Amino acid sequence: MKYLLLILGMALVTYLPRLLPAIFLDRFRFPAWFKTWLKSIPYAALGALIFPGVLLVDQDQPLVGLLGGLAALGLSLLDLHVTLVMVGSICTVLLLQFFIF
Amino acid sequence: MSFKDPHLKLGIKAGLPIGLSYFPIAIAFGALANQAQLTWLEGVMMSCLVYAGASQFVSVSLLLVGTGHLQIITTTLILNMRHLIMSLVVNDQMRDFSPAWKRGLSFLITDETFALITLGEVKNNKHTTPMFLAGLMVTAYLGWVSGTLVGGLGASFIPVQITTAMTVGLYGLFIGLLVPSARKSRPFALIAVLSMIINWGLGHWLESGWAIVLATVLAAGAGILIGGGEE
Repeated sequence: MKYLLLILGMALVTYLPRLLPAIFLDRFRFPAWFKTWLKSIPYAALGALIFPGVLLVDQDQPLVGLLGGLAALGLSLLDLHVTLVMVGSICTVLLLQFFIF
Repeated sequence: MSFKDPHLKLGIKAGLPIGLSYFPIAIAFGALANQAQLTWLEGVMMSCLVYAGASQFVSVSLLLVGTGHLQIITTTLILNMRHLIMSLVVNDQMRDFSPAWKRGLSFLITDETFALITLGEVKNNKHTTPMFLAGLMVTAYLGWVSGTLVGGLGASFIPVQITTAMTVGLYGLFIGLLVPSARKSRPFALIAVLSMIINWGLGHWLESGWAIVLATVLAAGAGILIGGGEE
């Protein structure tokens, strides 16, 4: 188990950020602006998670992620359920890889 | 708390797309961990105790090029700082839960479970109960851990094309959750686009972990100015 300490160290620094709000959040009463900020976070976080990360899925071929992401965008504009959007983008990328890249 | 709680079943159903997507990606992780000289047990332990996909891939990649353990832990911390912001929002949704539930469920926050909990059908839903979130998040967790076990035992080989496609599928999850919600609110749509631009800009100067945290904090901060909370 030569990596035990490494794994425990990684576990600690990963759980801490997840845990802190669980401990401290209810000790504060938040002003209105803070609540607006909290409400905005999911949109900001997903924006940052999507771009430019989606282009880096295949390091050699940014088009794979781009086209998969555009397929997801198109499908989600059709108001499809999110599971179908996922399946659609997965199939797009599989087909792209099979036939083109 | 009961395993017959109908919310548990609903939660498992909601978490299934995430768990199924994690599974093949985790197989790839288990196989990569083997290459970096981790035993299958160490790989599974990492998935059980760390449970943060991106940083796990990075850490074993760093091991492969001989990076020191302390530096790997620091990199992990930076990469996972974004969970602090996400946990703030999730814990705000869990205000009525007991401290034990909050601490336990917070461990299971990932980019994907966060996205589903805050922007999926779960949002504003009366069945956001401990058992619902537990069903959702544990399903995702089991997909990740079991995939790591399969990959670590080397029983099956997942072609890189499958891993790539499933990873794009997770982006499909983000996009499929963000787009319908952002369409209903121009300020929220603006915040998302602003965050993309900030993240892309900062990415030239900062490690991606910091760039994502800063972009999220700043773009959500802009939400205060443009009145993102008013729907």
